[in-house]
Amino acid sequence: MSALLEVRDLTVQLKMDSGMREVITGTSLTIAEGEAMGLVGESGSGKSMTAKAIARLLPDGADVQGSVTFDGTDVLALDGDALRKHRAQVAVVFQDPRAHINPVRRIEDFMTESLRILESVSKPDAAKRAAAALEEVGIDDPGKRLRQFPHELSGGMLQRVMIATALLSEPRLLLADECTTALDVTTQAEVMAILDDLRRDRGLSMLFITHDLELAGAVCDRTCVMYAGQVVETRAASLLHGDPLHPYSAALVQARPDISSTAERLVAIPGRPVSAFEAPSGCRFAPRCPHAEDACRAEEQVLTELDGGRVRCRRAAELRGRLLDGAHV
Amino acid sequence: MSIEIVDPVAEAEEASPDRRTLRRLGWVGWISIGVIVLALLMAVLGPILAPFDPNQGDLSFANVGPFGQHLLGFDGQGRDVLSRLLVGARTAIFGAAAVALVAVVIGTTLALVTAWFGGKVDATASVVIDVVFAFPGILLAILAAAVFGPSLFSAGLALAIAYSPYVARVLRGAALKERAMTYIAALEVQGFGAWRLCARHLLPNISSLIVAQGTILFGFAMVDLAAISFLGLGVQTPQADWGVMVSEGKTSLLQGYPLVSISAVLCIVAVVAAVSFLGDRLDTSSKAVNR
Amino acid sequence: MSDEVRGPATRATLDDAQPVLSVRNLRKVFGTQVAVDDMTFDLMPGRSLAIVGESGSGKTTVARMICGLEKPTSGTITACGRDRSKPARRGSERKARGREVQIVFQDPYSSLDPRQSGAELIDEVLRVHHDHDAADRKRIVAELAEVVGLDQRQINALPKALSGGQRQRVAIARALATDPRVLILDESVAALDVSIQAQVLNVLADIRDDRGISYILISHDLAVVRQLTEETIVMQRGVVVERGETGQVLDDPQHPYTKLLRASVPGPGWKPQRMRDRIAAQA
Repeated sequence: MSALLEVRDLTVQLKMDSGMREVITGTSLTIAEGEAMGLVGESGSGKSMTAKAIARLLPDGADVQGSVTFDGTDVLALDGDALRKHRAQVAVVFQDPRAHINPVRRIEDFMTESLRILESVSKPDAAKRAAAALEEVGIDDPGKRLRQFPHELSGGMLQRVMIATALLSEPRLLLADECTTALDVTTQAEVMAILDDLRRDRGLSMLFITHDLELAGAVCDRTCVMYAGQVVETRAASLLHGDPLHPYSAALVQARPDISSTAERLVAIPGRPVSAFEAPSGCRFAPRCPHAEDACRAEEQVLTELDGGRVRCRRAAELRGRLLDGAHV
Repeated sequence: MSIEIVDPVAEAEEASPDRRTLRRLGWVGWISIGVIVLALLMAVLGPILAPFDPNQGDLSFANVGPFGQHLLGFDGQGRDVLSRLLVGARTAIFGAAAVALVAVVIGTTLALVTAWFGGKVDATASVVIDVVFAFPGILLAILAAAVFGPSLFSAGLALAIAYSPYVARVLRGAALKERAMTYIAALEVQGFGAWRLCARHLLPNISSLIVAQGTILFGFAMVDLAAISFLGLGVQTPQADWGVMVSEGKTSLLQGYPLVSISAVLCIVAVVAAVSFLGDRLDTSSKAVNR
Repeated sequence: MSDEVRGPATRATLDDAQPVLSVRNLRKVFGTQVAVDDMTFDLMPGRSLAIVGESGSGKTTVARMICGLEKPTSGTITACGRDRSKPARRGSERKARGREVQIVFQDPYSSLDPRQSGAELIDEVLRVHHDHDAADRKRIVAELAEVVGLDQRQINALPKALSGGQRQRVAIARALATDPRVLILDESVAALDVSIQAQVLNVLADIRDDRGISYILISHDLAVVRQLTEETIVMQRGVVVERGETGQVLDDPQHPYTKLLRASVPGPGWKPQRMRDRIAAQA
């Protein structure tokens, strides 16, 4: 498989009240044609910012270093029409659909606006395509839905409208930013199944951003774990849950309660997750890591190949297979 | 797109909210404070500072320009303009402040009561507020003058009542939003009474908005009171007052001597602008500090 | 916490065999919408009960009725022998109820007064409820901070200087300040990061072990339900569709809706299934 998207050494600084603050440090990842990549992390890990950098949606004044290449083009250099084309190919679906839809416009207006304006598609044709897209995401009676207003639809329904809208521009990569977090579990399952089908039917690539390791593991080919603005592990999704390489990934697995058994005590990670700009020098996870040694704190950790995955931990090989000891898994 | 990255460590290390507010004032803010302090000094000490009797006129000096100790010259009745400005500051400033204060108290109370109890109380009060809202302040003041006789008190009271729905509407929205916060619900579950919750939690959290409303109203009140005095329905001549001076100055103005009206108008504009600006600044910076 | 300082009379009179909370035929109607219908359950001292369901199932309305934020249309709620189906008439009654049932909400950002530190907050709660002197209150604040795992600096900091997890600890400390017998956890860990969620769940488990407090956990997260509760009630559109021992309900669900909920939880080997395929499979 050739890489559709390649992010290399991406470092992002954002302008805040207190000056420039780093939110992503040297992130690299690739997504192949038709591949689903999970991007997992806690708040401040930089996972959403990575997606925004890929879609070129970073706020004004952001300083971006490194490169983002989509299908051979340098994304960071795009502007004007080329940037618009890029955004059509890379669709984003956010967590809260209501914040991204105009509440006083009908669903049809919202869905077809860019088709009519950017691609000069006639109104009836655009409506037809919108209806077809709604059907594709499992919405019955699309004609009726198109005439409705956002407040008449449930959150799950609206999120499917957002996905259908994204499909209208024939994207090749879908960035799903916590797009099921606000939904009920049964609705989440439905939306995940739809995304899964779309991937198969359309050969769509996907970057699936979530805090839920199990969800990412269930629907993605590979999972990338971020902590404090850095990728700490990239691994086949099916392996990550049972055989993590990085102590942080292991800690995430253990911290989650298990639905099939009650743990005497959860293995909590001490402290709180930090952002890149608050992170200590040396290994950024060291202050919370039960396996940290002086050497971990002393040197910057680098991503190294291990067993088909990549991990940012100098003790990874040595700790291999012992990380989940004593856990309930 | 908004970025929400909390940086608790750095924020906690910042100076206290009050100090930060002061730092954000900027030079215009400091000038505003200067103007307000000066105006307050005039309002309090005006009669003592006035070099001449503000009501003692000598018609032979009518509309005579500045000379000697008479820095601003004389008005149409030969009275010292500077002395009248100094003495007239009291009714202009304290009158407007009282109007703003009463309107804010009535409006805030209405807002809290409607937001707290909701339902029928809210619906009824909202209708009353809308009805009062429809009356222009000046009209109400003229009505009050007709009923109670022209005086600063009746004009001020009428204005305060006319302004209060304005405050109530704006604050009701903020109070409703605060009322819906779960910290209020949590304290209700604790058994806290409505009075304590409103006075100690809800009210302080909308206080910056209340202050902002007060400063806006102060400006309105000052201009409207002047207008009412100009119409002869507020402060009565010959008592010195900035509004009355604008009014009295019109005869001099027609005779080609604008200094009386201009000096009084400039005083009004300077104070209104300073208070509005300061209120705006305090509001935005306290918002930035508190959430 | 020593008994001479905090001695609400309700404590001693409670029999361990008596339910600490009793809900009978609870019903709530909003306009024409029936939010909760015919809900009945008992909660024993030291036990934990989960009410699970999705948005619109009525689980949050149940919680709000129990803690007095919503008035039931019909049915009774009895906590520690005291009826709380009707709104409290007097301040003393309101406070007495506050010492029996407390709640911790979901959103850690709106659940604290931005102008009050944790210490000031707990101090105020103590002043409203008891006649302790300043030294006693200070001691209780320090004890509660330790129970929920906050250090001196954190308990004295304004909410804006605290992270979501730390704020939620303050909210738990506030709820515990009056030493309630029942604590309602309304999605209280749902908004927290995974690593923080585990810390808070451990704190909650410790508190239950130490104080014999009963929990009602309102949640959509079945893994959290498994970790914290012994009994589970499943609600769908205002109606209880299944109830039983938590392990049993999750391992061997009987009602189709419970089965659907269980099957929707991602895990190793999980494959999301579309509704139309599911329906096709059943037909």
